[in-house]
Amino acid sequence: MQTVQRPPLPLRLLRVRPGGLVPIIALLAVLLILVAVRQPDFFAPPSLMSFLGRSAPIILLAAGQYFVIVSGEFDLSVGALVTAQVVVAARLIDSEPAHTWPVVLLLLGFGALVGLVNGLITTRLRVPSFITTLGMLLILLGAVYLWSDGAPKGGLSDEFRRFGRWAFEDVPVLGRVPYALIVLLAFAALAVLVARSDFGRTLIAVGDNPRTAELSGVRVWRHRTIAFVLSGVAAAVAAILIGGYSGVSFQAGAGLEFGAITAVVLGGVALGGGRGSVVGAMLGALSLELLFALMNFYGVSGALRSTVQGAIILLAVAVSAPRSSSR
Amino acid sequence: MSDPPPVPLLALRGIGKAFLGVRVLDGIDLDVAPGEVHAVVGENGAGKSTLMKIISGVHVPDGGSIEFAGEPRAFRGPRDAQRAGIGMIHQEFTLLPERTVAENVHLGHEPVRRGLVDRRQMLHHTRQLLASIGESALPADARVSRLGIAQQQVVEIAKALALDARLLIMDEPTAALADHEVELLYGLVRRLQQRGIGLLYVSHRLTEVFDLSDRITVLKDGRRMTTLRTADTTADELVRHMVGRELSSYYPDRADPADLGPARLTVRGGGNRKLRDVDLELRGGEVLGVGGLQGSGRSALARAVFGAAPFTTGEVTLDGVPVRLRSPRAAIRAGVAYVTEDRKGEGIVARQSVLDNALLASRAAVAARSGRAARATRIRELLAAVRVRAAGDDQEIRFLSGGNQQKVVLARWLMLSPRILLFDEPTRGIDVGAKSAIHDLVRRLARDGAAVLMISSELPELLGMSDRIIVMRDGRIAGELPAGTTEKDVVALAVGSVEAAA
Repeated sequence: MQTVQRPPLPLRLLRVRPGGLVPIIALLAVLLILVAVRQPDFFAPPSLMSFLGRSAPIILLAAGQYFVIVSGEFDLSVGALVTAQVVVAARLIDSEPAHTWPVVLLLLGFGALVGLVNGLITTRLRVPSFITTLGMLLILLGAVYLWSDGAPKGGLSDEFRRFGRWAFEDVPVLGRVPYALIVLLAFAALAVLVARSDFGRTLIAVGDNPRTAELSGVRVWRHRTIAFVLSGVAAAVAAILIGGYSGVSFQAGAGLEFGAITAVVLGGVALGGGRGSVVGAMLGALSLELLFALMNFYGVSGALRSTVQGAIILLAVAVSAPRSSSR
Repeated sequence: MSDPPPVPLLALRGIGKAFLGVRVLDGIDLDVAPGEVHAVVGENGAGKSTLMKIISGVHVPDGGSIEFAGEPRAFRGPRDAQRAGIGMIHQEFTLLPERTVAENVHLGHEPVRRGLVDRRQMLHHTRQLLASIGESALPADARVSRLGIAQQQVVEIAKALALDARLLIMDEPTAALADHEVELLYGLVRRLQQRGIGLLYVSHRLTEVFDLSDRITVLKDGRRMTTLRTADTTADELVRHMVGRELSSYYPDRADPADLGPARLTVRGGGNRKLRDVDLELRGGEVLGVGGLQGSGRSALARAVFGAAPFTTGEVTLDGVPVRLRSPRAAIRAGVAYVTEDRKGEGIVARQSVLDNALLASRAAVAARSGRAARATRIRELLAAVRVRAAGDDQEIRFLSGGNQQKVVLARWLMLSPRILLFDEPTRGIDVGAKSAIHDLVRRLARDGAAVLMISSELPELLGMSDRIIVMRDGRIAGELPAGTTEKDVVALAVGSVEAAA
C-alpha cells in the first residue's frame, strides 16, 4: 500500500474521528473536574470504589447493548429482563444457600435464551428489533407479575447477594474493593476481546452495510442473533449484581434499557450501527453515572434523570448525524 | 434524413446538460409531431434517460430551448410538465397498490362533491377514459395489486391521460412484459396515436422500435447522431450509428489458447426467475467477457453463480465436481469471488477502515488457519501489490477514490486465492489510471490459472479484455463471439437485430 500524507503521531492521536474515543474521554475528564471542584472527597478510595461497584451493572448492560446497536439493532428488553431475573432468582433460591450456584447458572442460561429469542424473531421473522424487544419487555414484565401474583416471593441467599454487596476488605491503597468491580473488570475484558475478534469486527461491518457483509460471506442473521445473546447474558450478570446490591423488587431493572442506550450513544456508538467501540460504550455508562452523581451533589432533583437521558440521546444523535444528504 | 413535421407538438433545440462538470447531453434537437411515435435509441449511458427527465421536468437543462404546443417552456418540476400536458410512464410504476384503478387514475385531483370525494363520478370518468383507449375490459373498481403488469401499465397511461397529456414518454415500456402482453401494448400505442397523442418511445429493443415508430433518433455519448425515418432505414444502419468508436486505449495481451486449462466452471441448463437455459463453460486462464444491455441478465448470471440469487434449475460444476451454491458464503468457500457492480451499495463497508474492508471475507468465511498475525502480514502485502493509495490502512474506505476502493475490494478476494472470479463492471466510475491497473490485474489473475468472467457495458473494454464474449439478451445467452469481434456484432446480438447460432 502506498501511504500518502500521514500526519505525525501526536496529531494522529488527537484526531477526532467519528466513533473514536476522544470525545467521551474529554467528557469524562470534564465531569471528573466538576466533581473534584464540588466534592473533592468523592475521590477518596472508599467512596470511589463504592461508586465504581454501583456503576458496574449499567456498564455491563452498556457493553451488551453495544454489540446489538453496532450491528444495527436495538435491545429494549434488558431492563425488564433484569427485573425478571431478580424476581425469578428470589423465588427459586427461596433463601436456601444450596440453591445459589444452580440458580446463577440458570439465570445466565435464561438471559442467553431471551437474547436468542429476540435475535431469531428479529432476523428470521424480520420483525424490527425495536418492536421485537419492546414486545419481549412487555412479555417479561407481565409474566413475572403473573408468576408471582403481584408481589415478589421467596428471597435471595446471602451467598447470592455477596456478588453485589460484598467487597475484598483491607486491600492496600484502595481499601475496600467491591466484588462487583472485579466481576465488571473480568466481563469488560471479555467484551473487549469479543469486540476485537473476527466476530466483533465483522459485526460492525454488518451494522455498516449488511448487503456487503452478506456478499462477503458473513451470515448476517447469525451475527445479529449472537449480539442479542451477548446482551441477554450481560443483563443476567447485571441482574445478579443488582439483586445483591438493592434486593428484590419489581423496580429492580426499571429504565435500565434506556440508561444503557443513552450510555452507548454517549460513548460514540452510532445508532443504526456500523460505528463505535465497546470501550467507548462502557466509558459512556461511567460518564452517565458520574453525571447523575454530579446532579446529586449539586442538589438537582433525581426526577430529572430521564429528561437528562432523553436530552443526551437527542443531542448525541444530532451532533453525530451526517450533515449533508449527499449519499 | 427527415424534415421536421409541420406543427411539432414538442420541439427541442440545442438542449445541453452537465452533471458535476461531466457533459451528458450536448446540443440535442428533437421534434415530436401530434400522433407520431418517435423512438429514441442508444447504448447505456448515451443520455436517453437524462433527455427524458429534462422533457418531463425532472431536470432543468443547462442550455437550449423547449417548445411545447408552440409555446416556449421552462419546466420547474415534474408537476409543471404534467400540467402542460406531458406524461411520463416510468419503467417502474408509481401506482398505489392498495387503491383502486379509479383512485389511482385520479390521485391528487379527485372529483369533489360537497367537500367529499365523488366516487361515482370518479368511476364513471375512469370507465370513459379506459373505453376511449379501447381498454373497457379493465375494471375501474379493482385494486391495482390484483392486476398484472400489463394492466398496471394501462392504468399508468390512463392516469397520464386523465391529466390531459398530449405527449407521453414511455421508458422501456416492454421491459417487464411477457411476449403476448407486448402485442397488447402495440395495440394501445396505435390507439393513442390515432387520438393525436405524441409518443416518445425509449427502447433498447430494435424489433419494437421498427414495429411501432415513425421516426428514430439515435443518441450516442450525449449527442444526437441522427434522426431517421423508420421506413427508410434498417437495423444494420441503426446499429452502425449507435456504436462506431475507435479502440484507442491499451489492454493487456490476451491468453494464448494453448495456455488455457480445463473447464473450471460449467453451467448446464441454468435458470431462475431472471435467467433461462444458460449453458456456460469457463476455463482456467481465460477471461470470458459478458456483454448485453442493462437488465439482460448479465448481473443475474454472475449472482446466480455466486449464490446471491442462485440457479433454481440446471447443474453447476466447479473443476468437474457438481456443486450447489445456495449462498454467497457457500460460493466463497468453494473458491468463487464476486466483485459487484454497485460498489457503494454492496461492495464496501463505507465507514470501516481499509484493513477491515480488505479482511472482511477472510474473517467471515474461512477460519484463520495460519493465525491472525500471518493474515495481517499477507493482507498488507496484497494491499501493496494492488497499489492502494491511502493515508494508512486504518483510514476509512469512504475517503478513498473509487479506483482505490475497488483495489481494496480486489485485495479482499485475493486473500482467499479464488479459482473463479466474477467481475461486474469492474471499472465503472474509476479514473483512467486505476482502470488500466485493474485490467492488468484481471489479466494477471487469469494467467495465474483463475477463470475470470467479466461483465462490462463498455464495449472497448469488453472487446479489449476478453478472450471470448457471450452476449446476453432477455435472460438467455443470445450468442457467443470470438476475440477480435467488433462492437457492431456485440450490439447487434444485444439488441436482437440478428440471431446468432448460440
